[in-house]
Amino acid sequence: MTEFVSPEAMAAMIPSGVKLGLAPDGSGSCPAMIRLLIERGIRDLHVVCTPIGGMQVDMLIGAGSVAVLETSAVSLGEAGGAPCFARAIRNGEIRMLDATCPAVFAGLSAAEKGVPFMPIRGIIGSDVLKSRSDWKITTNPFDESETIVVVSAIQPDIALIHAPEADRFGNVRLGRRREIMLLAHASKKTFVTVERISDASLLDDEKLAAGVLPAMYVTAVAEYRNAAWPTGLYAEYELDAREVETYARAARTPEGFQAYMAGTKSAA
Amino acid sequence: MECTNRELLIYTISRLLSGVRHVAVGMSSPMPAAGAMLLRARNKKQGLGDVQVSILGSVKHNSFTGGSEELFDCAAQGRIDAFFLGGGQIDGKGNVNLVGAGGYPNSQVRWSGSYGSAYLYFLVPRVILFREEHSPRVLVDQVDFISAPGVSAEGVYRRGGPHALLTKAALFSFQRDIGRFRLESVHPGRSAAEIREMTGFLFDNDHCEVVTPGPDAATLALMRGQIRTELAETYPQFAASLPEAV
Repeated sequence: MTEFVSPEAMAAMIPSGVKLGLAPDGSGSCPAMIRLLIERGIRDLHVVCTPIGGMQVDMLIGAGSVAVLETSAVSLGEAGGAPCFARAIRNGEIRMLDATCPAVFAGLSAAEKGVPFMPIRGIIGSDVLKSRSDWKITTNPFDESETIVVVSAIQPDIALIHAPEADRFGNVRLGRRREIMLLAHASKKTFVTVERISDASLLDDEKLAAGVLPAMYVTAVAEYRNAAWPTGLYAEYELDAREVETYARAARTPEGFQAYMAGTKSAA
Repeated sequence: MECTNRELLIYTISRLLSGVRHVAVGMSSPMPAAGAMLLRARNKKQGLGDVQVSILGSVKHNSFTGGSEELFDCAAQGRIDAFFLGGGQIDGKGNVNLVGAGGYPNSQVRWSGSYGSAYLYFLVPRVILFREEHSPRVLVDQVDFISAPGVSAEGVYRRGGPHALLTKAALFSFQRDIGRFRLESVHPGRSAAEIREMTGFLFDNDHCEVVTPGPDAATLALMRGQIRTELAETYPQFAASLPEAV
């Protein structure tokens, strides 16, 4: 049964030290929840980006909440490089698991299917492979002349996402964001904040049903309007580019980052 | 016909894409998108086949319903003919580095990350390396980190890879059999000697005297009208920076 909780109660359900799956900015990112986690002093996270990270991941790194980062990239998009990420890499403050986008999806697909690994094309000869003990080159068992990479399953303890809508049964509408569906399928628990909660079941409408994450995957839902600000939420509201630029400038120094986090709360 | 450097690059991209049916363009890549749109418009005018342009991160300009993994599945099945890669460093063997410079993992200069490069470079037949900056800082002898290798050993499944390298100053082709770039043309106002000076790796045909051709009047008019308008839907600021039809 999906629980319906407040954002603060949801934040309290996410402990330090977990493997936390997150969405890219604008595709289900939830910076407002990330702020609640930071305020609570969350530590030692292993963050899995599906398959890239943005401002919300940079904030977690800046706050010292991340021990391990597994991602194909971290970027603030038009606002440029992610400052806390670059600083943490330079100073050796996080353990980096560089990936490539489809390898993250392959790892999540393995977890989704309950198998230990998934084969994937490419990657051989890339330095990305050298630092991944959880990726291996093997021989195609059906054609021994061919080598192929296999990646270990990626099973986050918790996926934390923001979505446009849930119904009162705990079903969540993701639309065409199938990569978020994959993340939820692969994770042990999924926590979802939403813009609104509707009375009618989202599964009753045949036009919507295929884009709905069923409640059986959803541990808890919290209504939290505008929680994707300033990174934006597909089909709901745009990225607040000016705010992300303000963040990008402020976060160039640790002091600027702290001041930004203390000063700016939300647009809601 | 007089055109700006950016218009020359957009036109050159459209030439490099000649014959493709499906081209994917990454996020924040207005010039590759413009080149792809120009190819689509010119094909239509000439009664040639349709060109599908998928712009990643755009809802309007891509038809994927399978999430962001669908692009990669498409590429593995041979459904994508061309793609673009940039990179903080590109070396003379066609290796690209999107990760960082000055050591790994604690890079002194850290860039975003490899994105899909370590995969798409193997699978998309025509990968166009596009980087406006042409300097020994970017075009290096050996990258500090290989996000994606230019060539692969025997036995590694590979049907894609670097096709060309385009900068603000020159156009190179990539010779996959020997793993080296060849200077194909130098943009107007530049010389081969300058290109040698500006490039951190050795390349073939380094005394090339061919000048990169620009668009004819009809093509330039198309770029300043229809393409500029189409581009403005996704990249309003960039479109506004391009010359407008008079």
